[in-house]
Order: sequence, then structure tokens, then C-alpha cells
Amino acid sequence: MSEEIIKLSAQGINLWFGNKQVLKNVSVTFPERKVTALIGPSGCGKSTLLRCFNRMHDLSPDARIEGKFMLENQDLYDKKVSVTQVRKRVGMVFQKANPFPKGIYENINYGLKINDVPSKERPGIIEQALKESYLWEEVKDDLKKPATRMSGGQQQRLCIARTVALRPEVILMDEPCSALDPISTRKVEELIVQLKEQYTIVIVTHNMQQAQRVADKTIFMYLGEVVEEGNTNDIFNNPVKELTKNYVSGHFG
Amino acid sequence: MMKKFSPVIEWFTLLFCTGTVLLFLIAILWDLISRGWSSLSWEFITALPSDGMTKGGILPAITGTVILTLLTALLAVPLGISCAIYLNEYAKDGWLTRLIRASIRNLSGVPSIIYGLFGLALFVQGFRMGTSMLAAGFTLGLLSLPYIISTTEEALRRIPASTREAALGVGATQFESIRDVVLPSALPGILTGIVLTLSRAAGETAPILFTGVAFYINGSSGYLNQEFMALPYHLYMLSTQHQAIEQVRPLAYGTALVLVMVVFLLNLTAFYIRYKYRNNE
Repeated sequence: MSEEIIKLSAQGINLWFGNKQVLKNVSVTFPERKVTALIGPSGCGKSTLLRCFNRMHDLSPDARIEGKFMLENQDLYDKKVSVTQVRKRVGMVFQKANPFPKGIYENINYGLKINDVPSKERPGIIEQALKESYLWEEVKDDLKKPATRMSGGQQQRLCIARTVALRPEVILMDEPCSALDPISTRKVEELIVQLKEQYTIVIVTHNMQQAQRVADKTIFMYLGEVVEEGNTNDIFNNPVKELTKNYVSGHFG
Repeated sequence: MMKKFSPVIEWFTLLFCTGTVLLFLIAILWDLISRGWSSLSWEFITALPSDGMTKGGILPAITGTVILTLLTALLAVPLGISCAIYLNEYAKDGWLTRLIRASIRNLSGVPSIIYGLFGLALFVQGFRMGTSMLAAGFTLGLLSLPYIISTTEEALRRIPASTREAALGVGATQFESIRDVVLPSALPGILTGIVLTLSRAAGETAPILFTGVAFYINGSSGYLNQEFMALPYHLYMLSTQHQAIEQVRPLAYGTALVLVMVVFLLNLTAFYIRYKYRNNE
């Protein structure tokens, strides 16, 4: 993995929830405009790590974080950087589709509004975001329809549209397909592959096939530590560590 | 054998309990309507009482109760919702928060006559409001606060973390996420709590007894700095304290029926708001 630009990185991360240490000396890098998959058994800390990058732990009073998170040259936890600025640059798509209890149009408009995007630019951005998420053709006739009445797959693509509308640099995805049927999953995966032309994507997944289908780089975590990282192909077909080999071949997890 | 019959028994027991509760409700309503219906008339709800309460209507008591309830809502709703937001969204889960929460729960168990005495001491005498609509409204507001706080907190707690994260994820501040996403999602639950609380407040007699209610006032009821008439107190006087009890009994039933209708209207309003809100969602 040479000549790649490192977009996002974490250095020496230790994280505790109360007295329980969840991440142990984790250092990872994510290349620009590539998809990186975080894999590992439940409870290995991959979602916790992902949520550090847009400071989602800020509101959990018992979380304590050590280490450095960098977006290019910007320290994400710098006292001078506001958390809303961070989240504008680092967007997130959650495990369970969580559209706002508003209409489709309003769902995307809300993020633009609170980020002070001028109102005359918004309709164009919203249309563009829906097109990029391959949702436009399905919803263009009824943009006022409540998002909660869409199918699960459509809701998740709307959540992706809501995120890309803000033109982030990085998109974090926390098991975005875990609640979707195979056809919707396929659509979201195709979308992810399309999106990497413009965005750096980090995806947490339990699905080995999914990691192999969408990810350029894969990081395997176990019990709060990074066990192995590298080319997706190498991790799955030619792992160095015994633990990685056992996991990717389905012996545990 | 047991396995086969137990679903039937379970079903029947539950149906029986529900039926019993419904029976009481129907009995009360039937009693009220059958005895009070005859005294209901346009005059009854639009005229002032006359001839020592034996004739005329109960308009001052209706306006008194409606304005008192509005005043109670005006005081208790914003304060109660803000307090619940603080407790559920901002406060750290320490001993102080737990103490505050426990105190609020205990307050909702305090008998309403104690609120009446407290209101008399603090608002009527301490703040020199005198026995007035304002003092009574403050007292009822205090009485309603713990209920509104508890039900609002409960409604907020039911909103999943993923809903809050959705707003935070697109760059909303904590306050924006609460104002724009969490509160609207919790609104149906909050409204239900408010309506139940206000319905109870509208029917209270004890807290307003010392703080502002009057048996009879000359002219209209509803000035903040004056005493007022209220439906529950009017009902109490007509049914126990009047010198011609037998003669005013139909009026007492009529008053009770009007009180129930006022509360029913309040519920209907909340139902309508919830319905409209759900359709907009």
C-alpha cells in the first residue's frame, strides 16, 4: 500500500468506559478515497473506534480517551476545534437507519439549515445528494413523504444522502447493512463503491463477504487491539497471523 | 388438559378486569348524565347564578376553572419541560441528580391540601398576592410540576440514542438536536402527560380553597388579582354546604357534568394535536 495519501489516522489510542478498557494502544491509518473495513468479533471495539473519529463519545460522561486522532493535519480533539466542525468534515451513517421524523426533503434540508447553507442553494444540493445516493428516481415525485414510511433500504440510502449533502471528507459507516435484506444491501454496497471516488470511507462490518466486496483495505481487531491490517485481498487470502486466519475463515466470531 | 384451558382462563380474567373498570366508568357517567342532563341548558352555561344559587347558571365557575387551568399550564408546562430536559439530557448521573429526581417523585405524593396551605403561606401572604386567581394558579402550578416533569422525562427517555445521534451526526449541537429532533419525537408522550396533569388540576378543590376560590362573586370571574369561582368548589358547596340542598341538587349534578365536559374537551384538544402531528410526521 504505497504512494497512498493518509486521510485519517489514529495514534496510540486507549479508551475506557468507566474502569473497562475498550481500546488498547490502537494505531490505524485510512487512505484517501478508499474504502477501509474494520472487522472483528462483537465487542472487539471496532464501533467504539469508529465513533471516536467524529467525537460521538463526547456526550458519554464515562468515556475517557487517550491518543491522537488526525484528519490530515487537523487534530480532531484540538480544544480550538468545535465538535460540529468535526462532524461536518467527518459524516456518519449509523447501524440502524435513523431518518428524522420529517419528510424526505426536510431530512436532507435539516443538516444544510443548521450548517448555514444559504437557502437558495439547498434545492440543488438536495437533488444532487439524492441522485448520488441513487434515490432520486424512486422519490422525486413525493419529496414530502414521511421518511419513516420508506422501506428500510431506502431509509438507509436517505441517511447516506443526508450525510453526502454536507460534502464531508470522510464518511464513517457503522454496520450500515446489518438491518437490510440482501437486495437493499447490494444497492448500498454499490453506492459505497461509487462514493469512494469522492470520499474516504471507513466501514464497520460483520459480513466477511461485504468486506471483500467493498473494501480496499481491511483492519482486523480483537479484544480492543489491532491484530492485523493490510490489503483486503491479503487479509482474507493470505493473513500473517493465526488469529486473523481463524477469524476470516469463520472458526470464531 | 391445563395447557389447553389456561389461555381461555387468562383471556377471561383479563377481560373480566377490563370490564369491571369500564363498568365503573359507565356507572359514574350514567349517574351524572341521567341526573344532570335536565339542568343543562344554554342559560345554565351562559348566565350568572341568581336567587342564592337556586336558579340561573354557572358561567363564572366555568370561566374561573378555564382561566385557572390555563394559568396553571402557563406556569407548569414551560418550567416542567425545561426541568425534565435538564434532568434527562444534561444532568450527570450523580447523587445530586438522583436526589433531585427522588425529591420530585416524593413531591407528587404530597397531598394536595398541603399545597393549599403552602400556597396560602407563600403566595397569598408571603408575596402579598392576597386570595386571588394568581395565587391559586401558582399553587396549582406547583402541584402540577412534579407530574409534568416525571411524564416528560419518561417520554424523553423513550427516544432512542440513535435519534439523537442522527442530529448530532449532521453537525447539530446538543441543544439543536433536542429542540429539533428529540422534543418533536417525544411530543405525543409529553402532551399526554400534560393533559392528564391539567385534567387533575382542573378538578382540584383543596389547593384553591385557601388561595383564591370563592363561593359567590358578583359579576364575572377571571381577573388575576381577584377571587374567582371554580367548578369543583362550586360542586362541593352545592352538594354539602348550601342551605337548600335538595333544591340545588340538580344544579350540583349539572355542575359536575359540565366539569367532566371541560376535562373531556381538554383531552379532545390534545388528541387532535397528536393526530395532526402524526399526520405531519
